[in-house]
Amino acid sequence: MKKLLFVLFFLSISLANAQDYFPTNSGVKTSKSILVAFTNATIYVTPENIIQKGTLLVKDGKVAEVGKSVKIPEGTKIIDLDGKMIYPSFIDIYSDFGIAKPKRNPSDSRSSQYEAEREGYYWNDHIRPETNPIGDFKFDNKKATELLNAGFGAVNTHLQDGIIRGNGLLVALNPNTTNAYRILDTKSAQFLSFNKSVQSRQSYPASRMGAMALLRQVYLDADWYAKGNMKNKDLALEALNKNKNLVQIFETENHLDAVRADKVGDEFGIQYTILGSGDEFEKINDIKKTNATFIIPIDFTNPYDVSNPLLAEQISLRDMRKWNQDPSNLSVLQKNGVPFALTTYKLKSAETFHKNLQKAIEYGFDKKWALASLTSIPAKIIGNTSIGNLNKGSFANFIITSGDVFDASSTIYENWVQGEQNIINDMNIKDITGDYMLYVNGKNYDLSISGKGAKQTGTIKLADKKITSKFSFQNDWVEITLDDEGYTRLMGKIINAANVMEGSAFDTKGNKTSWSASKKVAKEVEIKKDEKSTEKEILVMPVSFPNIGFGNYVQPKSESILIKNVTVWTSEDAGILENTDVLLKDGKIAKIGKNLSAKGVVEIDGTGKHLTAGIVDEHSHIATSAVNEGAHNSSAEVTIEDVVDPTDINIYRNISGGTTTAQILHGSANPIGGRSAIIKLKWGENAENMIYNNSPKFIKFALGENVKQSRSTNGTRFPQSRMGVEQVFVDYFTRAKEYETLKKSGQPFRKDIEMETLLEILNGERFISCHSYVQSEINMLIKVAEKFNFKINTFTHILEGYKVADKMAKHGVGGSTFSDWWAYKYEVLDAIPYNAAIMHNAGVTVAINSDDREMSRRLNQEAAKTVKYGGMSELEAWKMVTINPAKLLHIDDKVGSIKEGKEADVVLWNNHPMSIYAKVEKTIIDGKVFFDVNDDLQKRQAIKEEKSKLINMMLKEKMGGAKTQVPMKREDRNFHCDTLEETKS
Amino acid sequence: MKNILKIVLFFAFVGNIFAQQTPASKQTTAISIEGATAHLGNGQIIENSLIMFVDGKITFVGSAMMKIARMGTIIKAEGKHIYPGFIALDATLGLVEIDAVKASDDESEIGIMNPHVRSLIAYNAESKLVESMRPNGVLMAQIVPKGGTISGTSSIVQMDAWNWEDAAIKVDDAIHLNWPGSFTSGRWWLGEDPALKPSPEYPKNVEKINSFFTDAKQYLASKSDKKHLPFAATKGLFDGSQKLFIHVNGEKEITDAITMSKEFGISNLVIVRGEGAEKVTDLLVKNNIPVILNRPHRNPNNEDDAYDDTYTIAKTLQDKGVLVGLGMEGQMDRMNTRNLPFYAGTFAAFGLEKEKAVQLITGDAAKILGIDALAGTLEVGKDATLFISEGDALDMRTNIISEAFIQGRKISLESHQTTLWKRYAEKFKSE
Repeated sequence: MKKLLFVLFFLSISLANAQDYFPTNSGVKTSKSILVAFTNATIYVTPENIIQKGTLLVKDGKVAEVGKSVKIPEGTKIIDLDGKMIYPSFIDIYSDFGIAKPKRNPSDSRSSQYEAEREGYYWNDHIRPETNPIGDFKFDNKKATELLNAGFGAVNTHLQDGIIRGNGLLVALNPNTTNAYRILDTKSAQFLSFNKSVQSRQSYPASRMGAMALLRQVYLDADWYAKGNMKNKDLALEALNKNKNLVQIFETENHLDAVRADKVGDEFGIQYTILGSGDEFEKINDIKKTNATFIIPIDFTNPYDVSNPLLAEQISLRDMRKWNQDPSNLSVLQKNGVPFALTTYKLKSAETFHKNLQKAIEYGFDKKWALASLTSIPAKIIGNTSIGNLNKGSFANFIITSGDVFDASSTIYENWVQGEQNIINDMNIKDITGDYMLYVNGKNYDLSISGKGAKQTGTIKLADKKITSKFSFQNDWVEITLDDEGYTRLMGKIINAANVMEGSAFDTKGNKTSWSASKKVAKEVEIKKDEKSTEKEILVMPVSFPNIGFGNYVQPKSESILIKNVTVWTSEDAGILENTDVLLKDGKIAKIGKNLSAKGVVEIDGTGKHLTAGIVDEHSHIATSAVNEGAHNSSAEVTIEDVVDPTDINIYRNISGGTTTAQILHGSANPIGGRSAIIKLKWGENAENMIYNNSPKFIKFALGENVKQSRSTNGTRFPQSRMGVEQVFVDYFTRAKEYETLKKSGQPFRKDIEMETLLEILNGERFISCHSYVQSEINMLIKVAEKFNFKINTFTHILEGYKVADKMAKHGVGGSTFSDWWAYKYEVLDAIPYNAAIMHNAGVTVAINSDDREMSRRLNQEAAKTVKYGGMSELEAWKMVTINPAKLLHIDDKVGSIKEGKEADVVLWNNHPMSIYAKVEKTIIDGKVFFDVNDDLQKRQAIKEEKSKLINMMLKEKMGGAKTQVPMKREDRNFHCDTLEETKS
Repeated sequence: MKNILKIVLFFAFVGNIFAQQTPASKQTTAISIEGATAHLGNGQIIENSLIMFVDGKITFVGSAMMKIARMGTIIKAEGKHIYPGFIALDATLGLVEIDAVKASDDESEIGIMNPHVRSLIAYNAESKLVESMRPNGVLMAQIVPKGGTISGTSSIVQMDAWNWEDAAIKVDDAIHLNWPGSFTSGRWWLGEDPALKPSPEYPKNVEKINSFFTDAKQYLASKSDKKHLPFAATKGLFDGSQKLFIHVNGEKEITDAITMSKEFGISNLVIVRGEGAEKVTDLLVKNNIPVILNRPHRNPNNEDDAYDDTYTIAKTLQDKGVLVGLGMEGQMDRMNTRNLPFYAGTFAAFGLEKEKAVQLITGDAAKILGIDALAGTLEVGKDATLFISEGDALDMRTNIISEAFIQGRKISLESHQTTLWKRYAEKFKSE
């Protein structure tokens, strides 16, 4: 309640006459209403409206007038800024200025916490829209100085903690007043992210996809709450509804996340403003499509120290390119018309802001854009017209500079905030830089002065030999101590427009003489010319997608391809067709036959080679940023489609082994897992293009050791036994039924994403692929499904499927199994490699899957194992990695076999496809060649060349004295079913 | 009669639990295998061959065209292939039964320097995993303890035995040293500093090894009356009777490891794992040091590596004159040891000649282990440890083994897995 009063207090009192009513006990009441006029300056009223030789009149902290001919009232203090520039002070729109970092929950318990710690708020502690940092805001003078020095006059600050983070404050960086004046807006924006609050240990959500699902449910619940349907008080939802009309600023960590955040927003009619990460250039088209305004940090990495070749060879091209390409990000965003503001966020200190911005400008970023991205755009984002410009009536927040503010040679002299002066560099200090002839003690020394403002400093040489000296400069007075056969102290004043200085000198014995120095003019001009000619050449490596080794610069085009005289494995009743031609056209298999000919096609001689359908992997965990949302025993609300990662090198490695389609499954951390993504491994495409159109809906279920947390020493989550696993299913399906009854009744109901998903299962619209091992649990799930009148689609792993193959066949469920894995845990003690054969012989549709990104690049070999173990025919064996998994995924009308009219997903092998000696020559998806064994060799060479080019560039930087960073190796993450953590990419 | 019934019932009911195969008894009848393509394990092939063995030893290897008396039982094997038993290097078979069940795990010991710890005595000759090797032609293995810096002493076993004593072909063949890495980095996916830096621990860790061997050498020379088990266990390294297997990655580390070993006069060296070995082949060749590669069915090390890096490495090293073997280290290594022939086959798919790939897991493996006088190739005088396959044994489809012999003994090709297969195949057939 106290906080609330405070807020109202700020809102209701206008700035101009606030605190007039406060009693004064320190003297007499004074009013400070002085007018100040800045004349003869180049004034950037806005980035577009520039006044030459203009006047800015400031009154009561605001712009009273601005223009070419402003009438200056009597008694105005006039500051002549001839030759200088005035810009609106910058706005840092993403900041935690004045707000202490939240304290991490100190609980040291290692077991997972499932419940929320707060009461009266949303069930999830990471949803904190009620956070209002005003109560904890403390103006940080040190940080303010740092920002003022960099030209900033206002910050939009907030508590950077949680998924929904509450509102921000807009603060003028005015050290000379109180919070009562400087806080411009107490509800400037609402902030969000995918990251959990550190203040609570509540486990959910444990993944990116969980955070996305949670956001969706929160929005639904907020709506439900707003309509007055909830019996309880929920302060979080109440706050969320109140913050609804604020701009919503979403923090993301990479360009994939930016697209993900935007997707969630779009679903609820919210256009987030997105805090980017600086890698937007890597997928600029997707960034553009979000239609979002971005906030972009400019934290560039240092070159790697590549002087140790052993260390250097560990750095991936991905990371080397980051160093090389990041400075081009702003220019790429600008050229693509993406609106964005800049921020100092992620920079250790605002001091480096200008250096990095200058670098971006060198890389092609336009200065006018730069100004807009620091003034008008951030103002527009938060809908504030009184900052970020110098229109009449706006806050007198402006900087005075010696020249173009984005030039390295310019100096920011003053930063006025709310009409209060902050001096950064004394603008009356003369520029005395240059080379002088210094005469003292009968000797001629060379004095060279460089630097800016008060920091100008000089070095002294005698006939090219450096003389130890100290130089200081203040208020037109120079002091020099030089050590040449004893100390000589010089003191003197600058005269004659800084070209000459003279004064008294005291030699080592204390004798007073005189000294003088005069500027050598001609030489300076010459040097400047030299500098120009050696201007840095900027070389930015081209961006591929994904922007890593083996990425594509150009996506393969759909071609008409005629493969001649090849052995065709149809995976259909037609079996194997020798000496056959296959025509691929418009992404489809157009014709299969003998002696085909067609015009305008690319012909491939298939003599001695084999053509098969692309391999379909029913169980994969590649190409995803997360596998498990295991913080609840059911996570039906999450979907892998949200987190498909098209930058995973394993996509490329999989197509090098002939795999063209994969179901990316949720892991097996909980009985009811998440929804799948079924993707085509179209290397170089984005996530959206990889996911099947009208993709069949799937969800992962899991049984056994993983879901009962068998290998955790402190499992506390229900279930802990196979007995409990059954009850989880019965419970959720019962609740889904009740939900359906309510939904159908016409009564208002709370839309529940999890229940909606379960309903899809009950209604046969969503298929289950269930991780399973031992016969008891397999039998159990069949019975649960039968009780609720639906069918399990697939048992995956299903290593004891052979024991209940008859029951599986009767239920009509398929089996997708490993060829020969066993003995890695207790529940696979009875796993046998003959499993596939027995299930097949009992009438079950059987697929061989990988669950392993390495195995998924050689599933042809795994299929071959069923010939050895159990005597499958080669034709049937091959179906187990093509048409059978396609059937299990309900995409057998599109892929999985070579049949006229089907999608042109085919693989050309140099040998019998199940031979151990088989190698893929081409992998074609939708009629486009995504892998070609010869192109691959070229890509290897290109990686080598680009790396050595970059290494040379980095060495050059190091030799030139640039700061470097130690090399890092990108460790490979191997996702399996039971991988709990997520990657950062 | 009653007894026979009892036995039948016994097997019917508990056959699954006691599925271990009964080891075959000593060869008493000579055997002649005729007509098969013989892969000798030294790179050579004899089409239409005749192989004969008596009392566990090979007595004849040649062409079936030879007019020579066939001894004992004749096995007609036209169209089939005969191979020396495959040898798995750097395996842990019999030391762990179920990866996730700690109680079944005898793979490593605590402590840093454990040369005195011996794998052989923990080797479970009746492991369900061991018997599952044989239907794939894997008939011998080096059983290696893991963990620590010096993890212990390995032994070489054959896979048809009542107990570890029976199983041993060569006892305490080698000591295994895990060489430290010279670089260190945090796990970036857990938010740790991902920078890869020269490890400050590396010189210290290397020094620990150095001082251990220095002390051991001194101890062995001093004939101290106080027994020091770890030091005493290294005797074979210095007198050349035992090999030192150095498990090491990186060109710098490999070079350091070889240099130090030579300084101590340890001459019988083998490099295991050996990532980066392709960059120090001159050193390896000059010192006659073989490299045991990890299984090729794993992902390349770095994002920018070629997709087939782990497949082509065998060919690359062999071309430079390095003797190459195939080790089992890695995830789920025990169950995967039966895929040994297919790993060799993958090397062949990516450049290695087929017979060289066979040699990699037979003759060359025996040479690396120092058991080449006894095993590894089909040559007169060697153990009759061999098998007959329907076709190419490096190919999954044709690695179908009809007969296998260890030391001339015809072994069972059944297992826990085949028992279950037959039981359930039968169940559904009769339903």
